[in-house]
Amino acid sequence: MAIAYASTPRRVGAPHRGPITSLLEDERWLAMALLLPTVVLLGLFIAYPFFEGVYLSITNTKVGVPGAFVGFANFDKIWNDGIFRVAVWNTVLYTFVTTVFKLALGLWLALLLNRHFKGKAFVRAFILLPFIIPTVLSTFAWKWMFDPTFSVINWVLFKLGVITGRINWLGDPELAMISVIIVNVWRGVPFYAISLLAGLQTISPELHEAAAIDGAPPWKRFWYVTWPLLLPVTMVVVLFSVIQTFADFQLVYVLTGGGPANATHLFATYAYQIGVGTGLLSEGAAISLAMFPVLFLVVIIQLLYIRRVETH
Amino acid sequence: MAQVVIRNLNKKFDNEVHAVKDVNLEIRDKEFVVLVGPSGCGKTTTLRMVAGLESITSGNVLIGDKVVNDLPPMDRDIAMVFQNYALYPHMSVYQNMAFGLKMRKFERAEIEQRVHAAADILGIHELLQRKPRQLSGGQRQRVALGRAIVRHPQVFLFDEPLSNLDAKLRVQMRVELKKLHDRLGTTAIYVTHDQVEAMTLGDRVVVMKDGLVQQVGEPLELYNTPANRFVAGFIGSPAMNFAAVTVSDGGGALWAGNDGLRIKVPAPLSNRIGAYVGKPLTMGIRPEDLRIANGADPTDLSFGAVVEVVEKLGSEILLDVKVGGGSMVASVEPTTLTKVRDQVRLAINPDRLHFFDNASEAAI
Ligand SMILES: Nc1ncnc2c1ncn2[C@@H]1O[C@H](COP(=O)(O)OP(=O)(O)OP(=O)(O)O)[C@@H](O)[C@H]1O
Ligand SMILES: [Mg+2]
Repeated sequence: MAIAYASTPRRVGAPHRGPITSLLEDERWLAMALLLPTVVLLGLFIAYPFFEGVYLSITNTKVGVPGAFVGFANFDKIWNDGIFRVAVWNTVLYTFVTTVFKLALGLWLALLLNRHFKGKAFVRAFILLPFIIPTVLSTFAWKWMFDPTFSVINWVLFKLGVITGRINWLGDPELAMISVIIVNVWRGVPFYAISLLAGLQTISPELHEAAAIDGAPPWKRFWYVTWPLLLPVTMVVVLFSVIQTFADFQLVYVLTGGGPANATHLFATYAYQIGVGTGLLSEGAAISLAMFPVLFLVVIIQLLYIRRVETH
Repeated sequence: MAQVVIRNLNKKFDNEVHAVKDVNLEIRDKEFVVLVGPSGCGKTTTLRMVAGLESITSGNVLIGDKVVNDLPPMDRDIAMVFQNYALYPHMSVYQNMAFGLKMRKFERAEIEQRVHAAADILGIHELLQRKPRQLSGGQRQRVALGRAIVRHPQVFLFDEPLSNLDAKLRVQMRVELKKLHDRLGTTAIYVTHDQVEAMTLGDRVVVMKDGLVQQVGEPLELYNTPANRFVAGFIGSPAMNFAAVTVSDGGGALWAGNDGLRIKVPAPLSNRIGAYVGKPLTMGIRPEDLRIANGADPTDLSFGAVVEVVEKLGSEILLDVKVGGGSMVASVEPTTLTKVRDQVRLAINPDRLHFFDNASEAAI
């Protein structure tokens, strides 16, 4: 009964109702009661670690040593740290290149999957595999494939006569970055493909037929009809993906550990190495926090863009 | 402007559903032809094959004098209006209408002039800058029409364009469509399952059922001389009454009778059913060809009935009556004072009797 009446605010409780029931009759109390679990969870697992991180970054805490307030000394230090600068550049490059490839390949796959063919359901499920397998597991498989001695990639290229010697995928700084990017694209494409496919399926086929009759060849149908209608979905997908990629950790940690010679460090792996590996907790916290303004900006820009798309 | 010829057209989906069976049609230049039939009879499929949106299993479609079977939709010089309008949601009304011209690389000035001309005809000038979702159903329908007419195509294809509108607007748009066609004179193929729409719009009407063409003819031709029982029942509202009768010979005339009625079949008709003496037949009579009998009506052209339901529609009264073991509907004068369970005598218009073979269902 209480629930049935919940939408009638400040209804005078009938005498037989208990005090809690009548309290929940009031929308303000009901809202608070419903929000409470979420607020507690968010506070415990997101807000608290975040502020703890901010606090750490302005002290000189080390493992086992409670720190004192040092102001922005940690930020000053990492600003002048050559490896940190490499990590920043790597993160930007890694995010940008993988996002471009993931979007292009994901869109291409989504367009293919949006057609009718036999075994469609099977292929769709299959496509999701890289996304479903735990990253650490699949990255280990890739590590094996990139192994200088046992690399199946090298073996294939060798048999095809493309190469004569061994390629040291993870040992060469530039190749290591490329390898990391390849694995990230491999892992990320399914998410793009499936999300964009979902977006494509909301576009009425009649619009394509109308455009076909209107004289638009296939690529113009894509450009003038599909793409603009898919854009809001695309922006959301890219937003999620950029945030995740920017803060990526597992993949680089397993594949190269940031090496060779720190050539593949990202924000997260470098922060981990300094904070946990070396024990300089405060500095590690400062490195992770340096991501925050960038991500914040990305979120703001994209949210503004999505709103613009939606209202116009 | 062009004629459209459909020859032995067939469509099988996945080699299983035979949706369109050997359809033959010749649609003349400037003609407005309506395909009508119950749901799933293959109207849309036929139209989509003409448009090039559906592959042709066998047969030919000709637009002008050219076989277009293998031409993509854009090269067939047609325009189509969809049931759900299919307006591009992210484009303004102007852009929607201009899109086809833009794709065909028309000059900017020409596009502008044509869009404004079409907007004038349809009275949607003040809507040009709006997005489709800011329009009412009727306005969207006009924009969809506008998008079709700016292109000056050879053929218009309509797939139930009015079925999403409310009843009043549908009647209004029906009239506008008719005027539009009179003005533009473009050949048109129009699909609907509404027989009133078919009768009012079509120069000729094609009645389909289960993928087969049942009859092609002018509206009154279908009404007056239906080719078979299906067409007879489909065209006209309320539907024609059917009664199972047996033909007998007596007193120099032929009689059609059952447990509730005995009608003397007039001369020209009786010649045609002569072969059925002693055999069962289906007799058809439209509700509007029945009326309350008066003293002057001969008993061999009238029969007794019991009123079961009285439907007062204003311009007429529909009586659902029981005749022997069967039932019929009669459309009578709005001033008639009859009540449920009243005994009435209904007179028929003998010239408008129809007879159908029980096996083939063909008209006799
Ligand atoms: N893509 C398809 N695959 C398989 N069968 C189809 C397909 N499209 C239509 N059909 C079948 O073909 C037959 C004719 O369909 P069609 O859409 O032409 O009917 P319609 O006359 O337009 O009916 P309605 O008045 O309901 O629109 C139906 O039995 C339908 O189920
Ligand atoms: Mg249809």
